Amino acid sequence: MNEREKILTRIREALKVPAPRPGTHAPASHLPVPGVPSLPSLRVPPPTAAPVEARRWLPKVGPSFPEQLALFAQNAADLKAHFQVFADWTELSAALVQLRDTENWQRVASHQSELSSQACAALQRPVCWTDQGYDVLAMESCDVGVTECDALIAQTGSVLVTSRSAGGRALSVLPPHHVVIARREQLVADLPAAFALLKQKYAPEFPSMMGFITGPSRTGDIERILVLGAHGPKKLTIFCV
Amino acid sequence: MSTNVAQFQEAAARVTADTRQRQFIRTALGNYEIARDKRKAAFQSWESARQAAALTKWEAVNHLDTHLEELVAKLEARGTKVHWASNGTQAREIILGIFAAKQAKSIIKSKAMTSEEIHLNEALEKAGFEVVESDLGEFIVQLRGEAPYHIVFPSMHLTRGQIRELFAQELGSTSSDSPEELTMVARRVMRHKYITADIGFTGGNFAIAETGMISITENEGNARLTAALPKTMVTLIGIEKVLPKLEDLALFLPMLATAGAGQPLTCYNTMYGGPRQPGEADGPEEWHVVLLDNLRTELLADAEQRDALHCIRCGACLNVCPIFRNVGGHTYGTTYSGPVGSVITPHLRGLQDWKHLSNASSLCGACTEACPVKIDLHHHLLHNRRNAATEKPAFLERMGYKVFGIIANDPLFWSLAKKFGWLTQPLQKLVLGTALDPARAWTKTRDLPPLPQQSFKDWWKHRP
Ligand code: SF4
Repeated sequence: MNEREKILTRIREALKVPAPRPGTHAPASHLPVPGVPSLPSLRVPPPTAAPVEARRWLPKVGPSFPEQLALFAQNAADLKAHFQVFADWTELSAALVQLRDTENWQRVASHQSELSSQACAALQRPVCWTDQGYDVLAMESCDVGVTECDALIAQTGSVLVTSRSAGGRALSVLPPHHVVIARREQLVADLPAAFALLKQKYAPEFPSMMGFITGPSRTGDIERILVLGAHGPKKLTIFCV
Repeated sequence: MSTNVAQFQEAAARVTADTRQRQFIRTALGNYEIARDKRKAAFQSWESARQAAALTKWEAVNHLDTHLEELVAKLEARGTKVHWASNGTQAREIILGIFAAKQAKSIIKSKAMTSEEIHLNEALEKAGFEVVESDLGEFIVQLRGEAPYHIVFPSMHLTRGQIRELFAQELGSTSSDSPEELTMVARRVMRHKYITADIGFTGGNFAIAETGMISITENEGNARLTAALPKTMVTLIGIEKVLPKLEDLALFLPMLATAGAGQPLTCYNTMYGGPRQPGEADGPEEWHVVLLDNLRTELLADAEQRDALHCIRCGACLNVCPIFRNVGGHTYGTTYSGPVGSVITPHLRGLQDWKHLSNASSLCGACTEACPVKIDLHHHLLHNRRNAATEKPAFLERMGYKVFGIIANDPLFWSLAKKFGWLTQPLQKLVLGTALDPARAWTKTRDLPPLPQQSFKDWWKHRP
């Protein structure tokens, strides 16, 4: 028997005695009685198909688009992320250029996709593209990483990225400033909606990395005092068009 | 008395005497409570969410075999190599084997309590590997050669001054003691390590059976980088971490963040489904997932306490525990401290050697109330006490109650004891402060009030 079989056998052996449902104290009959073999049929019934209806208990999100947009903006502000919605692309690229000049960006890292390529064109700086693989040191020396995303989540102020939608795994965490370019249609209400979207968009061939980014990187490991930019980006900017 | 008990008592006495340290911990955890309560209030129903989370975990743990098989099949289908380890020795061998095969020299680690559990760092360093903890708190305690103080806040016992001195000594930094500057010192040191490390090592918070993924929760971005840059990635995770469905995370991620640190969502919640896939820009070429039993199946076999395997290691029970707050994390001498540590350590490392942790409790139930997955923690402390006493009755205690039973059952003895009991007290004065004092555990820190010379019944009878 290999370790896999050994572990699975121990699990099956252990599960012959059912555990009391959470919230109830064990009735005596549930407990193992020495010398009396417990029956396999005592196991709890098989899992039901219904997933948890988390939406009813999680923090509330309004049904309309303006409500959700306002909630996202509020959450982003609480998280110390910079969020801005623009009427059109011209406005957005002007804001990008302005940001470039105030922060003096020399090099940009990005991936080739409609919005991100357009953003890089506007920035007019040398770009480290990740699509065909890249040199880590080159990316490390970039001042900003520009990516797209899969969704913005109103409930938590999070950005949903995947290795496919956001130029791989490192682009959204290695440069000191992460700029996300999103479309307003990408705003979803809550976490259950975000997971539904992931499944609908990718299943069964999911990207190897899917993640929620909720504000710039942070730590509280020194006296529980909040510091931004622990290992990931110090700044997170979300521009929405 | 076992050495564990002696160690616990010595450390507890030392830490509780340090009022500055206690004050420091209390302030930190007081702030945590304020933030957490605010986040809890944002839920439409935190209580229903807890119940749902408890039921989901119950379902997952009680069908652990089928979920694990599904998880592994799905992981392997995307090119991930899965290993099974029955105990710490096997896990260490597997991991060292991978490192040796890759001819690795340096390893960058993101936080993994499982690796503390199997004492991985010592084994790696002994084998000549360079290991760096990338989580800031873990990095700090690693530099100090200490175990984490708390499962979520590893370095919460240290002041910024202590950390500045440590960095000056170990890294030659000349930073001031502002948390900001100190964090940047660690950031600079670590940047270089990410880029040069051969192996990225991580733990995991949840394993999703349905889609074959490991979900990692962190604030700093260190796990994201660990899983992005090195060519080989190794993940060590306990077998009990499975959740059946991907969307279960919609509940568990915000609950973990709320209960753990009073955040709406932790900064990075990332689900990994495999090594770098065709067409992707980066990621490890190889991903090894090591599934660790290490006596979890033993705990699983105890149906009464099986729900202790629902634990999502949020640390909430530690944060609210009056014992933890006063004796501190290192006093426990265990990988998992606080209430959950007191419950599970006897299962993982022997009941008789660790039963004292279950006795070090006021049974206030604050832990049970705080637990997001509703583990019946304080009852399990009682269960451990009961099991320990059944297995090995305490002779003196039993004798004491026997004698008390005889006296209390006999009206004559009882009235004599009431009348003349106070006469024994001067005898106790003679041995006060010595090991002979039967009430020593009490008198060490408190006064024993004088026994009254008249019983209440007596007084009532002769009342004016
Ligand atoms: S026992 Fe509950 S409260 Fe304690 S760490 Fe585990 S999940 Fe959190």
